[in-house]
Amino acid sequence: MSKDNSQEIQTQILDAYKNKSTLKICGGNSKQFYGRKVDASSLDVSEHKGIISYEPTELVVTVRGGTLLSELEKTLDESNQILPFEPPHFTDQATIGGTIACNLSGPARAYSGAARDFVLGSRIINGKAEDLKFGGQVMKNVAGYDASRLMCGAMGTLGVILDVSLKVLPKPETEITLTHQCDINLAIYNMHQWVKQSLPVTASCYDGSQLFIRLSGNDSSVNSARKIIGGEVIETSPLFWQQIKEQTHNFFNTDKALWRLSLSSNNLPLDIPGDTLYEWGAALRWLKTDSSSAEIREKLDAVGGHAVLFRNSTLDTPVFHPLSSGLLNIHKKLKNAFDPENILNPGVMYKDF
Amino acid sequence: MTAFYYYLPPMTSPIDKSQLISRLENILPSASVLHQKEDLHPYECDGLSAYRNLPLAVVLPNEIEQVQAILKVCNELDVPVVARGAGTGLSGGALPLSDGILLSLAKFKEIIDIDPVQRVARVQPGVRNLAISEAVARYDLYYAPDPSSQIACTIGGNVAENSGGVHCLKYGLTIHNIQQIKIITIEGELLTIGGSGLDSPGYDLLALMTGSEGMLGVIVEVTVKLLPKPESAQVILAAFDDLIKAGKAVGDIISAGIIPAGLEMMDKLAIQAAEDFVHAGYPTDAAAILLCELDGSQAEVAENIKRVQHILQESGATEVRIAQDEAERETFWKGRKAAFPAVGRISPDYYCMDGTIPRKHLPQVLQTMAKLSAEYELPVANVFHAGDGNLHPLILYDANKPGELERTEEFGGKILELCVEVGGSITGEHGVGLEKINQMCVQFGALELTQFHAIKKAFDEKGLLNPGKAVPTLHRCAEFGAMHVHHGKLPHPELERF
Repeated sequence: MSKDNSQEIQTQILDAYKNKSTLKICGGNSKQFYGRKVDASSLDVSEHKGIISYEPTELVVTVRGGTLLSELEKTLDESNQILPFEPPHFTDQATIGGTIACNLSGPARAYSGAARDFVLGSRIINGKAEDLKFGGQVMKNVAGYDASRLMCGAMGTLGVILDVSLKVLPKPETEITLTHQCDINLAIYNMHQWVKQSLPVTASCYDGSQLFIRLSGNDSSVNSARKIIGGEVIETSPLFWQQIKEQTHNFFNTDKALWRLSLSSNNLPLDIPGDTLYEWGAALRWLKTDSSSAEIREKLDAVGGHAVLFRNSTLDTPVFHPLSSGLLNIHKKLKNAFDPENILNPGVMYKDF
Repeated sequence: MTAFYYYLPPMTSPIDKSQLISRLENILPSASVLHQKEDLHPYECDGLSAYRNLPLAVVLPNEIEQVQAILKVCNELDVPVVARGAGTGLSGGALPLSDGILLSLAKFKEIIDIDPVQRVARVQPGVRNLAISEAVARYDLYYAPDPSSQIACTIGGNVAENSGGVHCLKYGLTIHNIQQIKIITIEGELLTIGGSGLDSPGYDLLALMTGSEGMLGVIVEVTVKLLPKPESAQVILAAFDDLIKAGKAVGDIISAGIIPAGLEMMDKLAIQAAEDFVHAGYPTDAAAILLCELDGSQAEVAENIKRVQHILQESGATEVRIAQDEAERETFWKGRKAAFPAVGRISPDYYCMDGTIPRKHLPQVLQTMAKLSAEYELPVANVFHAGDGNLHPLILYDANKPGELERTEEFGGKILELCVEVGGSITGEHGVGLEKINQMCVQFGALELTQFHAIKKAFDEKGLLNPGKAVPTLHRCAEFGAMHVHHGKLPHPELERF
C-alpha cells in the first residue's frame, strides 16, 4: 500500500502556521506513552506511506514516514536484509517515521548502532510548512549540516518526517543465544571482555540472575565464539530478544515508574532502590522504582549519564533529563529556527519548546 | 596562484588591528599571537593550496580558558574566526579571512584519558588521528576512521569535517565513532555535547556539530569510541578488462551478504601511476582493479575470502590474487594509499574531487566523465571508495599553463553537478569549505540553504565563525546561476538577480 499524502500534510501545517495553532503529530500511536503530553489537534501522518525505492545491492531503502515498520521489515527480509538497529514496535501499528523521530533502537544498538546511525537522508516539513530535503541516498555525504540526523530523537518538534533514506545490512547467517548464571559484577565484566575479544556479540542482557549473550554472524565465527563464551544455549533465542525489545518480558510488567538509564557501561550497579534489567553491555539500564526523579537524576548526573521516565509517568515529573542552561538555550534557538511559531508537538520533550 | 573570491557580508565597522592584537596579547603570551606578515605565511592555506590568503593574526592557545577568552573578544569586536587543526583539509575550510583571525588548535595535543574497558579515549582536538590508534594499540584497540591524511590530520578537524577513509562501509564515518565533544560557542561558553553513555538527552547536537566545518562552534575536546582490533584481515586483488565489470562485481559482493572492511577501485591511469611509483605488483594492463579487504575472526575471514574469490571470478575478473601474508597485504594496499602522490608524479598538478553517487550509476558517470575529459582536454585518474560510492577523480593539469587551473575547476564543478544529477552528493568526506560552495547551490534549493543559515544563526547570531564557507548565501547562488546561464542552466529562477 502506497500513498503520497505530503500535500495534505503540508496544507495542514501551513494552516496551523498561519493561524498559530498547534499540532500533535500522530503516526501509528504505538509510542503515545512516551514523552510529555501534547494538548493540540491531531496531525495524522499515517496515510503518507509506502516504500519509495529499495536497492538491496546499494544497501539503501527510501520510505515514507507512515509506512508500517512491520511492512518495511518484511520487504527487507525478502532480500535477506535488516534494519540493523532492531527497532521496537510496541504495537503492530508502529511506523518508521515515529521510530526515527523517537530514535528508538533495540538489543543490537550497542553493537550495530542506533537508528540515527543508519539515517542517510530525509525529507521533512518544518514548522513554516516548507518542504525540505537533507542528506541523500548515499553512505557518505558531508554537504550541508546534518539536519537529517538532527530529526532523530527530536520527536517531531523540528519537522514532520515525510520520507527517510536508511542504510540497511545483510541478515546474519546464524544466531544463537548463550546464558550464564552469575552476579551483576561478573556479568558487566564479561559483557566487556567478550566484545573486546572481537567476538560477534550482537545483544546482551542481564535480568538479575542470568546473563544472556546473542552471537550473530556466519556459522564458523558463531561456533568459535560459542566455545570461548561457553554456557547454555537457549532454545528460544528470537523470542527472548523479541520480549526484551518489545517490553513484553515479565520484568516490564509493572505499575511502577519505568526509568530508562543511559550511562557509561563500566559503571557498577547504581545505588538506587528498585529492580534493574541491563542491556547494551550495561550501557542501558531499565529501572523499576518508587525513588524520586531528583534522586535518580542526581545519581545519573554524577556519572555523566541521563535518565528518561519511559513509562508510567506522573504529571509532575519531567520525562526527559534536564538540559544545562547553555544547551537549553541552543535547543530553544534551534526549535525557533525550524518551527518559529512553536506549532509542532510543542512541549513533547521539554516544557520550554 | 589563482585569485579567489568569496562573499562576506560587509562589516559594520572596520577592525582596529592594533586594538585586537593588544586584546589578544592580554590573553596569550605574545609568542602565541602572530601578526607579522612573515609569521603568517605558514597559515595562508590548508590542503587546498590553490587558495591562499593571510589572516589579520594567528593565535595559538593551549588552554580551554584562553579559547573562551579569545572568542569573547572576537564576539565583542566583531572579528571573524577560522579554526584550524593541522591544515590538511582539502576544501579550503581553514582558509584564513583577511579581516579575521586564524585560531590554531595545534597546541592541544594531549590524550587526556584512555578507558580500555569501555573502549573510549578522551583527547584534545590537536591530537593526530593516527596518534590515537598508536596510543591505544597496547590494549589491542584502534580508532576506525582512517582518512588518507591520518598521519597528520587532527581529530578536531576530523569532527569538523566528518572525515571518512577506506573503511567507512563497515565502520562508518567520524559521526559513528565519537561519543562526546566539548565546544566553545562564539560567546565563549563551554558546552558538553553527547555524554558518557550511548545517547544523551535532547536534540542530536553531536550529529549537527559533526561535519559543520567550524561554522557552529570551536571543538576543544573529543571522546572517541575505540574498536577491538580484528583477529584477522585479508585482502584480495582482482583485475578487470573493463571498468563496468569491476563496478558490477562490487554489487555482487554486497548482494552475497558480505560487508568488506574496505572495497577500493582504481582505473588504468591510477593503476599505472601507482605501479610506477611503489611497485605494488599491480597488473598494469588491467582497465580496473578492485581491492577487497575482509576482517573479523580467522574462521570468518577464511570462509569469506573463498566466497569473494568465487564471486570475483564469476563477475569476469581476469585475475584474482589473495595476499599470502601480511607483507603482501601491505604491498597491495601500498599502491592504493600512494595513489594520490603517484598521480602527483605524472602531472605537474592534480585536482582531487570528492563526489558520491549511488553505485548503480557508476557506468553512466564514468562515461560522462570520459566525455568531459576529452572536451576539457584534461586527463582524469579515478580512485574510488567503491563500497560506499565515493569517487575521487583526480584531474591532471599544469597550473603554469595559462587558463588551465580555471578549466580544471570548471571541469571539476561539472563532475560534482553530475554526481548530484544521479542522486549523489558533491562531497563524501572532504567537505564543502570554499571549494564547493558554488555546487552547494546545485545540491540544495533556496529553502534548504535558508534553513542552514537559520541553524547557523542559532549558534552564531553575528556570523563570525568561518563566514563565507560551507553554506552559500542566496545572493552568491544567484550570481553563480547567472554564470551558468549560457549553458542553459539557471538554478533558483525564483531569486532576484543582482
